[in-house]
Amino acid sequence: MQFVQNVPFFSIMLCMVSGIFSAMLPGRAAKWVTAGLAAVVAALNLWLTIFMWGYGESYVYWMGHFPAPWGNELRAGVLESTLAVVFSLIMLLSVLGGMRKLNEQVDHKKVNIVCVMLDLVLAAMMSMLYTNDLFTAYVFIEIMTLTACALIMSRQNGRTMVSAMRYMIMSLLGSGLTLIAITITYNLTGHLLMENIHDSLVELSASGEYATPITVIMGLFFVGLGIKSALYPFHTWLPDAYGYSTPTSSAVLSSIVSKAYIFLLIKIFYRVIGMGLVTSSHVMDLMFVFGVAGMIIGSVNAIFSHDLRRMVAFSSVAQIGYIYAGLGLGTGMGFVAAIYHMLMHACAKSALFVSSSGLADASGNSKRFSDLRGAGFRNPAAGVCFSVAAMSLVGIPVLGGFISKLYLSNAALYRGGIHMWVLLAALAVSTLLNVLYFMKTVITLYRPPREGFQAPAPERSPLSGAAMWGFVALNLLVGLMAQPIVTAITNGLMMFE
Amino acid sequence: MLTIIQEHLEEIVAVLLFAIGFTTLLLQRNLIKKIIGFNIMDTAIYLLLTSVGYIEGRTAPILTDGITSAQYYINPIPAGLVLTGIVVSVSVTALMLSLTVRLYRRYHTLDIDRITLMMKGEDD
Repeated sequence: MQFVQNVPFFSIMLCMVSGIFSAMLPGRAAKWVTAGLAAVVAALNLWLTIFMWGYGESYVYWMGHFPAPWGNELRAGVLESTLAVVFSLIMLLSVLGGMRKLNEQVDHKKVNIVCVMLDLVLAAMMSMLYTNDLFTAYVFIEIMTLTACALIMSRQNGRTMVSAMRYMIMSLLGSGLTLIAITITYNLTGHLLMENIHDSLVELSASGEYATPITVIMGLFFVGLGIKSALYPFHTWLPDAYGYSTPTSSAVLSSIVSKAYIFLLIKIFYRVIGMGLVTSSHVMDLMFVFGVAGMIIGSVNAIFSHDLRRMVAFSSVAQIGYIYAGLGLGTGMGFVAAIYHMLMHACAKSALFVSSSGLADASGNSKRFSDLRGAGFRNPAAGVCFSVAAMSLVGIPVLGGFISKLYLSNAALYRGGIHMWVLLAALAVSTLLNVLYFMKTVITLYRPPREGFQAPAPERSPLSGAAMWGFVALNLLVGLMAQPIVTAITNGLMMFE
Repeated sequence: MLTIIQEHLEEIVAVLLFAIGFTTLLLQRNLIKKIIGFNIMDTAIYLLLTSVGYIEGRTAPILTDGITSAQYYINPIPAGLVLTGIVVSVSVTALMLSLTVRLYRRYHTLDIDRITLMMKGEDD
């Protein structure tokens, strides 16, 4: 056991402890604690990733040194640590990029509480990545739900309160279904650790008993976590929740919170239940259908929305659809494509939310698209950041979106049959729709302003500018380093078995 | 059929309660009733867990009279899970109730549909 192998435990504990300190500190200091925490966690996990790359296999970390089946366990592989690096970097950039907005939109006595929530989101994310125990995962699902609700209402007005309520209602339905799925799993197998459950389930399915309960478990996990990650048709809470909160909240919600649930679902399907059982059931087909429907309908909704941030929010529905469609192929390649898409979308969507708030500021907080004309010149960093992220989601080569679409279509081709035709057609249509709304916006940003438009006085904000350039670099890196990332995902998935 | 019902009475009741709670949370328009539904739903899951975890004739695994054989004790994990779950649902209920109070002060109604309509009418 080397010292670096403690990193998963350290990341979780650091986030929790910083949460406690943030609660006691004044707002300004708390924000820097949160940003510093994200940076430290990113660095620690980078160290772990480099170590895992050489180590070549995953390892299990006993919390409290009790061996399985008694103790609680963490488990780390190269996939988990890579995702942890990217998600903590996103957290860092979102906090820096939205820092000024937090001062404006949040009651200044409550800024430190928002920081506590951000710390806890990171803690829950790290736990969901690393935990090897289903019930621990459930506890952190709930922590994430509560903190996400608090983040939505960090900016207090009628819309955010109502959307927080609607988010809570949908989310609680999801947690209820997840909890009963965990309960039935525990009843069937008598275990809570993922490997033990997997072994028991393999035995059970070989004996042919309990085929129906196992299918029910898969369905419950899928619907429960699908509701929480805003899969179409359970996405109704999403546009308001993402569209009206502070930019930091929207960025964190869209790129960290929803991705944590998807990753947990992948972990449950791949490790706990096992691909053999999953592919032989029809749950994957259901996933595929919902995913494809989301790809199209999310994009159509985005075209018809008249508000920049709502448009970006609806595009999330489409991108989550891509992820589920990739998973729904039910092949290893589909999973790799879905995980890469998840990573790429997390980077691009947080960049879009942070930069669109900068662009709206440069246009006098107007909601009309015509007032956004020329905003790319008034706030150059936000303009470039928005354009790069939008092009990435559309799928311009070099950027991440192109590569994930390539892998998705590749996976579809290898899958063959009706899945191939449906996914290829949906990819083509959805990409066209993406071009329609994203390119329209990017062109609007660089057109001369409308006649008689009074541009607000430019505000200098070097910090959020730096964060936006950071987002540009992150998006470029995810695209340029696609090969090592995909290798990490493939190796990580192999370690799951 | 009757024997199945008799043997699995707790499980059947739990699933029925879960369904009642789930539909209440999903379909009721009154926020307080929604919160009640959520609590029914969670309690149903705890009933399922405890009923599976309990074996008649055995006691809690606390070593008092020197019996170390596992056959005399029940598995304490389901009870532990239920306790954790109760803590979670208490905190969720508290948050939901405080949100409801805020919404009621602002819109003077508990009907989520009317609140949504009123919200759409106002500028932010």
